[in-house]
Amino acid sequence: MQSQHIMRSFDEELRFLANQIGGMGGYAERMVDEAVSALVTGDPALARKVIADDAFLDQKEREIGEKAVIIIAKRQPMARDLREIVGAIRISGDLERIGDLGKNIAKRVVAITETRQPVRLFRGLSSLSDLALTQLKEVLDAYASRSAEKLGLVRDRDEEIDAMYTSLFRELLTYMMEDPRNITACTHLIFCAKNIERIGDHATNVAETVYHIVTGTTMPPERPKEDQSHKVVAPVPTETSE
Amino acid sequence: MNIRLKSLLPDLFTSAGKRLVRHRFVLASSVIACLTLDLAYGGRGIGAAIAVAFIMAAALLVPGRTAEKPREERRDGATRIETLLATDLAEAVQDPLFVSNASGDIVYANEAASVAFGTVAPGMPLQLKFRAPEMHDFIARVMEGGAGPFGIDYVERVPLERAYRVSATRIGDGSGLFVLLFRDQSEARRIDRMRADFIANASHELRTPLASIAGFIETLRGPARDDPKAREAFLQIMQDQTSRMARLIDDLLSLSRLEVKPYGKPSERVDLRMVVGGVRDALAARAKDSGVEIELDMPPEPLEVLGHRDELFQVFENLLENACKYGSSGGRVVASARKAADGSERIVTIRDFGPGIPEEHIPRLTERFYRVEIGAGRPQKGTGLGLAIVKHILTRHDARLSIRSKMGEGSSFTVHFPAPD
Repeated sequence: MQSQHIMRSFDEELRFLANQIGGMGGYAERMVDEAVSALVTGDPALARKVIADDAFLDQKEREIGEKAVIIIAKRQPMARDLREIVGAIRISGDLERIGDLGKNIAKRVVAITETRQPVRLFRGLSSLSDLALTQLKEVLDAYASRSAEKLGLVRDRDEEIDAMYTSLFRELLTYMMEDPRNITACTHLIFCAKNIERIGDHATNVAETVYHIVTGTTMPPERPKEDQSHKVVAPVPTETSE
Repeated sequence: MNIRLKSLLPDLFTSAGKRLVRHRFVLASSVIACLTLDLAYGGRGIGAAIAVAFIMAAALLVPGRTAEKPREERRDGATRIETLLATDLAEAVQDPLFVSNASGDIVYANEAASVAFGTVAPGMPLQLKFRAPEMHDFIARVMEGGAGPFGIDYVERVPLERAYRVSATRIGDGSGLFVLLFRDQSEARRIDRMRADFIANASHELRTPLASIAGFIETLRGPARDDPKAREAFLQIMQDQTSRMARLIDDLLSLSRLEVKPYGKPSERVDLRMVVGGVRDALAARAKDSGVEIELDMPPEPLEVLGHRDELFQVFENLLENACKYGSSGGRVVASARKAADGSERIVTIRDFGPGIPEEHIPRLTERFYRVEIGAGRPQKGTGLGLAIVKHILTRHDARLSIRSKMGEGSSFTVHFPAPD
C-alpha cells in the first residue's frame, strides 16, 4: 500500500477492503470478549446481544467477497495486489468463523448459568480466552502494519492455547467425575473451551495469510498440533484419595 | 521592544560570523583584488581598507538567503510561536497523539503514541489500528465533518487493560488533517475494578482457611477438650492456616497495587546479575531452613535490561522462593543468566531438582489461585498468586515466562527479556 497506483480509485478500493477487514476484526474481537464475559458473569442479556451481532459479520463477509470479486474482474490485479485481495477474502472467512464460535459460546450461557457453578470453573476459561484474544489482536495488528516480524510468536502462542485447553479439558473431566450434577454445565464448558481453542486456530490461519500477503511466500510448514485432549482419558478410580 | 532587540543582537552577530566563514574565499579574494588594484593605481591602500570595511558591513547587514539557513537557526526560530513546527509541538505532548488525513490514513504519530500502541507506519489507516466497532463509528463521524469536537471512550482489554478518552479535532481551516488525542483513563478504571476484584477474591479465598479454623476451634472446645496431643496438632494446623491467610492478603495487596500502577515502558537500566544476586542473599536464611543451596551461574559482564528494579526483584524472589519450597527434595537450586545466542533476548533460568510438575498443570500455573494439588496429606503452602504476580510484572516488561518440567527431574522457569534499546 506504500506505493501508489496510477489509478487512484484502485488504491481506494484496496483501502476500502482493508478497512472493512479492520471493522470485521474489531467486531469479532468484541464478540468473543463479550461472549466469555457473559459466560463468566452469567449475563444472558449480554449473551443475546452477542448472538444478534453475528449477523453483522455474516453480512460483512458477503460484502467483502463480492467487492473482492468485482475488483479482480475489473482491475486484473497481479502480485501483491492480488495477494492483498485474495488475502482479504480468506481473512474475512476466518473472522466470520470466529464470530460464529463466539456466538456459539453465547448460546450456551443460559444452559450453564441455570445451575450456578463455582468460580474456579470459569477462571481457566477466562484466561484461555485472554490468550486467544491477545493472539487475535496481535495478528490483526500485524495485518494493519503489514509486518511479518512477530508472526512467528503467534504460532508459539497457539501452542500455549492448545496446551491450556488440554489442561482445562482434564480439569473439567475431574469435576464431572466428582459430582454427576456437574455434567451438564461441564459439557457445555468443554464445548466453550473448544470454541476458544478453535478461535486460536483461526487466528493462526489469519497469521499465515498475512505472512503470505507481506512476503509472497507461505509460512514455513512446521505446525505441530499440540491439542492432546484426544489422548486424555478419565483416570480409573481405583484408590479413593481422601 | 528592548528585550527583543537585545535577544536579537547576539543572534545577528553569530549568524553574520557564520556567513563570513562560509564565504571566506570569496571575501579573501575580493580583498586581495581590491588591494592589488589600489596599489597598481598608486593608492596607499586607503581605498582598499574602505573596500574591506564595506564588504564586512555587507556581510553583517545583508540577511542570509533563506535557502542556506543552517538547521541551528531554524531551531532558534522555533522559540517564536509563528514558526513553531507542528511535529515539534506534537512530540512535546505527553499523551498519545495521531494526525490523520481526511480518509483516515495516519500521517503522523508522536513518541507517546508509538510507546502506547506500537510503532505505526505512516499511511496505515486508523480504522485498521483501532478496530473496535465504536471506534469505527467514531472515526467515520469525524471524517464526515460536522461541528465537533468529538469524544469517545476507548478500552483495550488485552494484553493489559487500558482505557482512553479519545478526542478528535479538525486542524486549522482546509488543511484536511485531523488530530486524535488519547488521554489515559486507565488508572481510575483500574482502581474501580481493583476494589471489586479484591473484595471478591479476598472473601472467596479467605473463606476456606477460616472455615477450617472455625472447625478446629469447635473440636477443641468439644470432643478434643482433654486430649493434649490432638490439641497440639490442631493448634499447629491453625497456625499454618492463619499464616497462609496473612500471606494471601499480602499477595492480593501486591497484585492489586501492581494492577493500579499506570502502564509505562520502564526506562531504568537494571543489571539482572545484581537483582538475582540480591534475591539470593535475601532468601539465604529461608533456603537454609528448607535444606536447599542456591547456586548462581552468572556471566562476568553486566546483563542489563530495561525494567523497574523493585518489580524485577519481586519476580525473582517469587521464582526462587517457589523453587526452594517445591523443589527442596533436590537439595539445590540453580539460577543462571545469559544473553540469547542472537543477542535479541536476556534470559534468566531458575532450575530446581525437585519432583517436577505434572504436564497438565504447566500451562495453567500463572492463572490466579490455580494450585497444583500435590496429593493428600501435603499442606498447601502457596497462595496461588505468586506466579500470577510474576506473569503480571513480566507482561509490563514486555517479557515472557516459559516453564519446562519433567517428573522426577525437576522444573525450570525461564524468563525472556527483550534486549535493552
